Amino acid sequence: MASLDTGGDEGKKGPGVKKAKKLNTRVDMTPMVDLGFLLITFFIFTATMSNPTTMDLNMPKDTDKKEEETKIKQSGSLSVILAKDNKVFYYEGDLDPTGSNFKSATYKDIRNEIIRKKREVVSRYTPDPACENEARAKGKSIDDCKQKDFFVVIKPTDDATYKNVVDMLDEMTINKVSRYALVKPFDSELDAVRLSGGAGGPAAPAATPPAK
Amino acid sequence: MAKAKIQKKSTDTDMTPFVDVAFLILSFFIMATKFKPSEPVPIDTPNSVASQVMPDNNAVMMSIDKDNKVYFSVMSKSDLQKGKDIIKEAAKRSGIELTDADLKSYQDGEMIGMPFTKIKGFLALPPAERAKIPQDGIPVKDSATSELVNWIGAAKYVFSGESLKYLVKGDNTSKYPTFGAIIDAMKRNDEQKYNLVTMPQDAPPGTDLYQDRLRGSK
Repeated sequence: MASLDTGGDEGKKGPGVKKAKKLNTRVDMTPMVDLGFLLITFFIFTATMSNPTTMDLNMPKDTDKKEEETKIKQSGSLSVILAKDNKVFYYEGDLDPTGSNFKSATYKDIRNEIIRKKREVVSRYTPDPACENEARAKGKSIDDCKQKDFFVVIKPTDDATYKNVVDMLDEMTINKVSRYALVKPFDSELDAVRLSGGAGGPAAPAATPPAK
Repeated sequence: MAKAKIQKKSTDTDMTPFVDVAFLILSFFIMATKFKPSEPVPIDTPNSVASQVMPDNNAVMMSIDKDNKVYFSVMSKSDLQKGKDIIKEAAKRSGIELTDADLKSYQDGEMIGMPFTKIKGFLALPPAERAKIPQDGIPVKDSATSELVNWIGAAKYVFSGESLKYLVKGDNTSKYPTFGAIIDAMKRNDEQKYNLVTMPQDAPPGTDLYQDRLRGSK
């Protein structure tokens, strides 16, 4: 094992010279090395190498004024409803009363759906010089102009988890969707979720209209 | 006849360089390790592709644990008094008077999740015991009695004129309504910008963001 050898030469002294008894100065370093490695293991395990990161989230101001509300085009909107047990439902544009455009997906499939919808909206883009010039002046890419009609509405139900919401917001960053919003789901959507087997639905049942 | 002498080879290898390197690594880990302040509740945050590093000064953090309880912590390394002031101000807004003596053992970044009616007794406990007892969580559910509004208002008041970051740290399994209640409390204080604490993760291959990062542009 590791050791320090500080013993001097044991060469012959002349005849008649009495050998002085040499003390062994070799120090056994084994326990020290043991302890050293123990500490290394400890620090390796406790070291937190990846620091937490943060994600920006900007919410719009609540407003009662009609003209301040963000208008979205029906043709370019994609509503995503986050339901219980990591289930996702989505539909394009307005919800069909018969529920024919209300589809179910998983967190893996929804990415393809977002990409597909985004491409579709971008392909319909007609050049808008005003917007493009403004983007260039600010040094941004004109991608933002191309997808200006694309809007994702994220609607978490009461049964969705925090992870679901963050995953969805992350999906927006991953696919570079510049316009999205967190919105409370409508009753009609909650009903559709329940009908589609998203069992449970909202924690509080939707209010029924008072009987006349 | 003389026997051929078999030379005995020493099996004692010189381990000095080996030990040198080992201790070098050891000193690296000792210096690189930053001990996390003890958290009364473990929170598993979700992953995201966000790459912004979490600020640890001039920030307040609202944490949601897996039982949907909300905790509030002030991160003000440079000025411990700010954290105390926030607690005092928040309590005052809810009609509870606290003095500096009550906050003697307060530590920076401590997670507080008690309703104001119980906060005095809670702060009177020694720090080691505080970390052990389960807290009730700050009431947020009912927007009329949400104490988080006061907490945020107090933080905004104490940090007025300085930059203050609002962090939200939620557990994977916590339910959305609690997060919604935090958003609501922020809105009532006219704060629209905040950050969600997550663990880093790479952009999935083939996506727009992945292509962007490959090109090295932001």
